[in-house]
Amino acid sequence: MKVLIVDDNSAIRDVLKKMLDEMGIRTIETCHGKEAISKLENNTDIKLVILDWNMPEMNGIELLDWLCSQNKLSYSPKIMVVTTENEVNKIEMAMEKGADEYIMMPFTKEILEGKLSILGIEKESHV
Amino acid sequence: MVSNDILQFFFSLLYQESGLLLDESKRYLIETRLEPVAAQEGFASIDALGKKLMERNDALLRQTVVDAMTTNETSFFRDKSHFEILRDEIIPRLIQSNEKTKKIRIWCAACSTGQEPYSIGIHLKEIGVKLKDWDIQILATDISEPVLSQARLGVYSQHEVQRGLSAPQLLRYFSKEGLAWKISSEIRNMVQFRKLNLLADLSSVGTSDIIFCRNILIYFDLKTKKNVINKLFDLLNLGGSLFLGGSEAFMGIKTSLVRVEAKKACYYKKENISQNGGTDSRSGMKRRGVCQT
Repeated sequence: MKVLIVDDNSAIRDVLKKMLDEMGIRTIETCHGKEAISKLENNTDIKLVILDWNMPEMNGIELLDWLCSQNKLSYSPKIMVVTTENEVNKIEMAMEKGADEYIMMPFTKEILEGKLSILGIEKESHV
Repeated sequence: MVSNDILQFFFSLLYQESGLLLDESKRYLIETRLEPVAAQEGFASIDALGKKLMERNDALLRQTVVDAMTTNETSFFRDKSHFEILRDEIIPRLIQSNEKTKKIRIWCAACSTGQEPYSIGIHLKEIGVKLKDWDIQILATDISEPVLSQARLGVYSQHEVQRGLSAPQLLRYFSKEGLAWKISSEIRNMVQFRKLNLLADLSSVGTSDIIFCRNILIYFDLKTKKNVINKLFDLLNLGGSLFLGGSEAFMGIKTSLVRVEAKKACYYKKENISQNGGTDSRSGMKRRGVCQT
């Protein structure tokens, strides 16, 4: 089981990776949507995609559209948007497009853990 | 650093006023929580604040100290298992047992800034259709007026709403006001807030089907704990359920409440003594019999 982190900001990726490492959850990273697609196509054990809203190449919402359009992947990872965008209309848009969860930055490890629990994402016993 | 005399004075004051039992290991709690109080009230130090209270019985200042010390950590849907038990075990049972009256009474005995009673309100809304037309009242009490004022407002920071709430719940039950989030009137109106000291006479509370008294007994000594548990027992309807905090138990206290284990957690049920022991045939939940340790 892996979590794919999609964010153009390496500092945010590092923070997320560190938090998930501490929870015993493996991660892979990319810095934009296009690269994320190839990772998603080659790693069928991705259980969760954490994506940023604003990114170059392909932004989070475009990636969300791609992920939620039919038959793009043979499996269905959960999707969580992690972003500085904290307006209601942005959260509504992401949820309507098919995101499962949404975190507004700044956030803590406890908040991330809580959201993973809501999504039913737990480390596997053999990890 | 607070002097030992003043520290002992605050320990004694807090025990007397609220039953809160602190010792030297909680020195940091006195220092971190009372330093802002001392500054706010115009004292140069916590020692100066303590000396003033020793010299003069200033009821308002005493209450300010108690408020600062009794404000407890809380979050939405804290101890997720308790809410799952509520949904899968207790509410279905109450729907059967209270079918005639269609009333459910819930009491949050130490509600702090309101996240617990509002979580219960949200949870009951989400349980949904089976509770439509039911008269559900959630009474939320706390010893501290400032936290109750905050609870009544139902306004939370971005950080607070992200602790325990899902994004769909946030969108459904809150509206954004500036940088903060306000609970909807639909949920707000389900909860009645009232100031209450658990050491005082609790007869005005009335009986409840469910009592949440989480993460407060740990601060009491055995005598105070027994006193409060006996009161809670009296205020539970027959068949009613009591939730304590995850690290709290009835160690050393004799009670007729039955411990029920479920969802990797537990709660306590008030039953006829003759019904105790064995397995609940309806729920399959494990029981441990009467708690008489």
